[in-house]
Amino acid sequence: MNLANILTVYGKELRDMLRDRRTLISMIVVPTVVMPGLIALVVALMVKTTRDAAAAVPTVMLLGGEDSPVVTAALRAHGGLLVMPEKPDWSAQISEKRLRAAIKIPSDFDAVIARGESASVQIYHYAGELRSGNAERELRRFLDGHRDKIVAARLAERGLTPAAIRPFEVVAKNVAPAEKVGGNLIGGIIPYMFLLLAFVGAMYPAMDLSAGEKERGTMETILCSSVARLDLVLGKFLTILTVSLGTVACSLVSMGLTLAIGGPLLAHKISGGGGVAARRGAEQITAMTTLDPLGLLGVLGLVLPMAVLFSAGLFTLSLLARNFKEAQSYVSPLTIVIILPAVIGMLPGVELNARLALVPVLNVSLAGKELVSGAWPWGHLALIFGSSCVYAALAVALAVRTFNRESVLFRA
Amino acid sequence: MIEARALTKTFRDKKRGEIRAVDGVSFRVEPGQIYGLLGANGAGKTTTLRVLATLLQPTAGGATVAGFDIARDAQEVRRRVGFLATSTALYGRLTARETLQYFGRLNGLADAEIAARTQRLAAELDMHEFLDRRCDKFSTGMKQKTSIARTLIHDPAVMIFDEPTLGLDIMAARTIVRFVRECRARGKTVIYSTHIMSEVEKLCDRVGIIHGGRLLAEGTLPELRARYGQQDLEEIFVAAVGPPPPLAP
Repeated sequence: MNLANILTVYGKELRDMLRDRRTLISMIVVPTVVMPGLIALVVALMVKTTRDAAAAVPTVMLLGGEDSPVVTAALRAHGGLLVMPEKPDWSAQISEKRLRAAIKIPSDFDAVIARGESASVQIYHYAGELRSGNAERELRRFLDGHRDKIVAARLAERGLTPAAIRPFEVVAKNVAPAEKVGGNLIGGIIPYMFLLLAFVGAMYPAMDLSAGEKERGTMETILCSSVARLDLVLGKFLTILTVSLGTVACSLVSMGLTLAIGGPLLAHKISGGGGVAARRGAEQITAMTTLDPLGLLGVLGLVLPMAVLFSAGLFTLSLLARNFKEAQSYVSPLTIVIILPAVIGMLPGVELNARLALVPVLNVSLAGKELVSGAWPWGHLALIFGSSCVYAALAVALAVRTFNRESVLFRA
Repeated sequence: MIEARALTKTFRDKKRGEIRAVDGVSFRVEPGQIYGLLGANGAGKTTTLRVLATLLQPTAGGATVAGFDIARDAQEVRRRVGFLATSTALYGRLTARETLQYFGRLNGLADAEIAARTQRLAAELDMHEFLDRRCDKFSTGMKQKTSIARTLIHDPAVMIFDEPTLGLDIMAARTIVRFVRECRARGKTVIYSTHIMSEVEKLCDRVGIIHGGRLLAEGTLPELRARYGQQDLEEIFVAAVGPPPPLAP
């Protein structure tokens, strides 16, 4: 092994890569401009849709209630709803989103209540539909208020106050630091994004420096020089790793700036909408933008051997291909192999244990969740880092071995 | 000097089984001599040259190049060999100067020496105009000149040319032919593979006719003419390898 030759190959390949428009796009433009831009666009759309839906007065239909003027009058007088008279196609109207919800008042409702008995009111809505959900919530709020008034009247008749049936209130207060709350909220996404970016960042250079070189005829040119194949493969591998980590670093900086600048702006905009839900949403966004920097560094430390594994693995696989297109067909399906364990790691309830700490990708995803929420399970972390280093070393050894195979380098 | 001794290279193919691409080839090339390896497509020329350049390992037999064994001292062999083929392309995103610097460094030259050699080669090959331009913008001629300079940057004692004029226009091909002659004039050991008879007649001091991986005939042109009783090299070639198979009805 000749360090000077490795560095010469590395320097040349890196310069070559940085002059390639495709590398610059995948390494710098996508993580720094496209991804934050897309996220900002999606969030802005979500905020706008939610605010518009919250601002709109839902249209609901009153079914029945002709013999109950008290409740129907109260419903019509409720400001947050636009009450329509009954029509036979009300159910179809809800399904077609022309009507948000319907409320069915049972016959003799007022009389039943006056007798001190109980009745059942039905709300019909479109499950999962945002505006129908708002209408349902508003109807519930009206009915809760109406019920509270009836209960208060009944208690007063018996000489009792509302405290008689509500002896105490429950108030929940968060005591966890903001960064831990943030980590808990988006802890699963951070390692997933880092892993995915490390993989995607390594894809293009791995294919270009192997199958791409074969296709362009430069592989034979470099093999003719006196550089040892080990030096050549290590120089190329280091280039792939640099681009992969560069992609992660660029996206980390850009996402950090997006969260630091965009988060408070977004929280301010949402809280401006008023209401409990808006305030809670603003609190969550503020929490998301407050992450433990030490935890983030820990995740990066775990992603490093994974980036080595990805770089060497993708390089080996691409070497088997005759040309760039063939390499793409080998490498692209692998994305799902990375996404799947990373997504499993994001699922609630899947916890890190000694066995899962040995499963590549999934282990980093699970440990990352712990790290950004402030927990440091040292035993598992050592197991993850150690096993990842072993996998990475094996991948590099495999890359060197593959690069020395004539049948691979001169595949016709 | 190049000395091949019963050089053999076999490949395994899933469908066709074992293929003997080079089968017991022996020849010798002295310094200041151009040895022409003449054969049709698939005759085994490229495999022979790739084995000599240590890109491939021989299955049996052996060879020494510039005094080093191709199997044991592969890196030392490559240090003394310049290899030029149509399949050895340039890095499109590097300039000609950067290309020469890269290959110079890989061959262990100091930067000052590379700079001096680059200036000399640029003057000899008339490259100054495009020395700092990226290779992907080059014409075929510019690419050829840069490739030639790339093979010469470490001043190798042995030059291996594998069909270097394939697909080139007349002017680019003439540049190559002139360059091959200059290599001989500088006392380099040259091996030149081609299937173009006129190039062999113009350039080669000795000729080896290769077919089916085997060296069927070898000698100087006058020796081959005398042996086969033919003046025309094409007729000599056909006499050596046998007539082509008849066309299917």
